[in-house]
Amino acid sequence: MTDFFQLLIAGLALGAIYALVCLGFVIIYRSTGVLNFAQGGFVVLGGYLTHQFSVVVELPFAVAVLLAVLIVALVGMLLERVALRPMIGRPVFATILVTLGLLYIIEQACTAIWGYDLLTLGDPWGVRTVSVGATAIKLLDLWTIGAAAVVLAAFFGFFRLSRIGVAMRAAALDPEAALAQGISPKVVHALSWAIAGAVAVLAGVLLAAGPRGVDLTLGPIAYRAFPAMILGGLESAEGAVLGGLAIGLTEVLTAGYLTPNAPWLGANFHVVMPYVVMVVVLVVRPYGLFGTAEVRRA
Amino acid sequence: MLRNTRLTTEYHHDLALFRSRPAQAAMIGLGIVYFIAPLWLGDFWTTVLIYAGIASVGALGLNLLTGFTGQASLGHAFFLGVGAYATAVFADRWSWPFPVWLVAAATLGGIIGGLVGPFALRLRGHYLVIVSLGLLFFGQHVFENWQSVTGGLTGTAVRAPVALGGVDVARLEIGGFRFTRNQGWFWFVWLAVIVLALAAKNIARGRPGRALQAIRDRDLAAEVIGVSLVHYKVGAFVVSSGYAACAGALYAAYARYLSPLDFGLFLSIQYVAMIIVGGVGSIAGSILGALFLTALPRLVESVSATLPFVAQTTGEPGITVANLNQALFGLLIVVFLVAEPLGLIEIWRRVKRYFTAWPFSY
Repeated sequence: MTDFFQLLIAGLALGAIYALVCLGFVIIYRSTGVLNFAQGGFVVLGGYLTHQFSVVVELPFAVAVLLAVLIVALVGMLLERVALRPMIGRPVFATILVTLGLLYIIEQACTAIWGYDLLTLGDPWGVRTVSVGATAIKLLDLWTIGAAAVVLAAFFGFFRLSRIGVAMRAAALDPEAALAQGISPKVVHALSWAIAGAVAVLAGVLLAAGPRGVDLTLGPIAYRAFPAMILGGLESAEGAVLGGLAIGLTEVLTAGYLTPNAPWLGANFHVVMPYVVMVVVLVVRPYGLFGTAEVRRA
Repeated sequence: MLRNTRLTTEYHHDLALFRSRPAQAAMIGLGIVYFIAPLWLGDFWTTVLIYAGIASVGALGLNLLTGFTGQASLGHAFFLGVGAYATAVFADRWSWPFPVWLVAAATLGGIIGGLVGPFALRLRGHYLVIVSLGLLFFGQHVFENWQSVTGGLTGTAVRAPVALGGVDVARLEIGGFRFTRNQGWFWFVWLAVIVLALAAKNIARGRPGRALQAIRDRDLAAEVIGVSLVHYKVGAFVVSSGYAACAGALYAAYARYLSPLDFGLFLSIQYVAMIIVGGVGSIAGSILGALFLTALPRLVESVSATLPFVAQTTGEPGITVANLNQALFGLLIVVFLVAEPLGLIEIWRRVKRYFTAWPFSY
């Protein structure tokens, strides 16, 4: 049972990071209809920039993260303007490919600047464990869950309460009606990319801080967050959070229980398990758990 | 005098393979190039062209699925892997003779494609892309962990001789003149490309092709005019996966070594890039794109020695050749999609239009 609680916390921490990555996907998808494969690139870039500011320039950790968030948000806006805006109205696959192209450019720019070595972010939270009863819990996991919860709350607050947030939701719901009310789609698109970049940096920092470190392997986290997003339904922010937590738990529990008991499944089965869950869900509900069913009309 | 056949006045003009004398002349010219290229090119570029030929086969398959039917897939690398590992088993372990293992590998790919195809009936757009991505990751997991077949991460050597009735492609001998393995393979692979491209063209220009394009443009409308979605969508997956598996089999036989890492997401993206750069929904475009994207990294390697900002050895400051190649690859996709969405083939068509309408080219 103690094992179970340890895995539960670890799974929720991983799920919280997935939720942040997914949220980035969902924001861009809802307002621009683009599935952004470059989200993993933002995660990596955020990690490297935080390293640059906190370890190389030796700024305080919080300032370093803030600077990284600002820069990646700007990069997101720039990419939207240069590469994605001309793609409006083009087929789904074409826009996906553009974001994949951007992903390669970002990744290679990062290796050209920072090299292939694993870089550290320092240890802002302390690699320690706290004991609750017989269960040892990693402090890092608790910090991750807490920080992600704060960011998510701020995010939902922004979309519910602020003027711009409401405008963005309106634009996502019905772009033409929103335009008629004076909401500029250009501003909404640019902001969505900026916010997606910002949450990606936070996900990258949470993932890389402590023992993990920053290198290019941070990027594929985004591929593993896809099932979470699909599970929740592409256009549901609440779904992204729940899907993220569910997939994080699935992954950790699979690694903890299924892999040791079924060695024939292979050593890294927990990596593909989220996709298996996703396919099963999609067969039953082709638009995810919280997505809107598509109505087909001639 | 060259007859101007630019105006389509009858239905069979639309279906014709080579519509004008210049096109026929160009085909004869390409035929001559086919025979002399490996004699005239060095070993290095012959190898590049062999890989480009293998990639063309895969790209043809993907273009039938994505370009003609509109079913986006990032799972193409998985089917290449299926074909490659099927060759490792059929040709190497079970020692099946040459045409048999190739056909069997392609058939196996087609069957697995047929099992995956029905998902496309229920899912569209982004959902289908992500599910195909799931297929890719699942396949990679299998390739990495099914040790007895794939050798795990250490990979496996493949011996798949291409020899029929005493004629071995690797040791071709005509009139006492011995050709190298590369020369023989060049002729073999590009013969396969010609045959499969003709087959693809025949699918595309006839009734099935029109059905597939109707599905791409509006599947509901296609259904209403009597196109069976089940039949054609699943059929497109079967044919496309068969082509991919065939390309994988050729790759395994030529490269003689397989690693599960070869069949990852990057390979899938490369194939998608090939059809986009070459021309979506165009048979010739698939081959152009495959040639271009296979040759580009080699070209970058050969010119990088003269570029000042490229590091020649590791540790030296500056971007490495591998980095530069990947970044260029990304840039190329973005530039093509934004600036020339119909690909290289569209540039060619524009040039052609200019000259056929000359001197009234405006």
